[in-house]
Amino acid sequence: MNRRLLLLVPFAGVVAAGAGFFAMLKRETEGTFDPRGVPSMLIGKPVPKFALPGDPGFGAADLAGKPILVNFFASWCVPCVEEADVLMGLQRAGVAIYGIAYKDKAPATAAFLDKHGNPYARLGRDDPGLVAIDWGVTGVPESYLIDKDGTVRWRWVGPLTAEAVTGSLEPLLRQYA
Amino acid sequence: MRCGLFAAVLAGGLMLGGGAWAIGDPNEALADKAQESRAVAIGQQLRCLVCQNESIEDSGADLARDLRRLVRQQVAAGQSDEQVVQWLVARYGNFVRLSPPFEWSTVLLWGSPLVAVVVGGGIALFARQRRPVAPAPLDAAEQARLRSLLDT
Repeated sequence: MNRRLLLLVPFAGVVAAGAGFFAMLKRETEGTFDPRGVPSMLIGKPVPKFALPGDPGFGAADLAGKPILVNFFASWCVPCVEEADVLMGLQRAGVAIYGIAYKDKAPATAAFLDKHGNPYARLGRDDPGLVAIDWGVTGVPESYLIDKDGTVRWRWVGPLTAEAVTGSLEPLLRQYA
Repeated sequence: MRCGLFAAVLAGGLMLGGGAWAIGDPNEALADKAQESRAVAIGQQLRCLVCQNESIEDSGADLARDLRRLVRQQVAAGQSDEQVVQWLVARYGNFVRLSPPFEWSTVLLWGSPLVAVVVGGGIALFARQRRPVAPAPLDAAEQARLRSLLDT
């Protein structure tokens, strides 16, 4: 073999790495890749059993019949303000959003929803934060798409962005409608 | 003598306190010392998912405190170390282990020292072979010529 061809090996390596990073960045801006996201163990599995009090509260049995976006949030959570507009937009578009207030106080949650809008068809209160641990939630906000059979299809860590909605959520909503 | 007694008391106090000091709030500790030290050992292998590079025993995050409490509940309920870890892995995945298990997705991680040795060794061998060979000793005719040149 021509030894000069060996010189192309590091070059090809750099090109491959560059293409990989480019794809990563592209998917990140499209909202289909989250570099800090830890893969959820729930994807493809039924939602863990739970029943939360609230206004009106809900449980695992209520997550059926239609695709539902479950959003963990808290009034003390700054990025939750960031995603408020996105959630309101989804609600206007007819997406069923169930909220779970994580380690929050009822009056503070109410004040937060008055100020930033209430996108939630149902609101559960997870004051001890134990349901969140069963779901594998690492922090708020975090959103899960549950299909009509109660199976978890998608998880987004951090505030929902318009890119995540168009890039990931909307195609999945069409798929599981 | 008094000094020695003081030191012994201090040392005893430090040893007794050791278990409770691993976490911020002594109220979190289990009353049973053996169970508490098991809970600490388990917690030290588990990642705090908020700060990501601390164990739940070292972290001051809220979630870490909740996880510490759950680990202690399960230890007190008689679960084995592996059962407690599996309970958390079922929720958070292997990411929650600070020491990931050896499996297909971690082959590159665990194999990277071996890859480094093989690649490094390969480069070393390659460089060795390329080293210029010492010239063969002069034969009789060349030595005669060398001598004649030196003599002039």
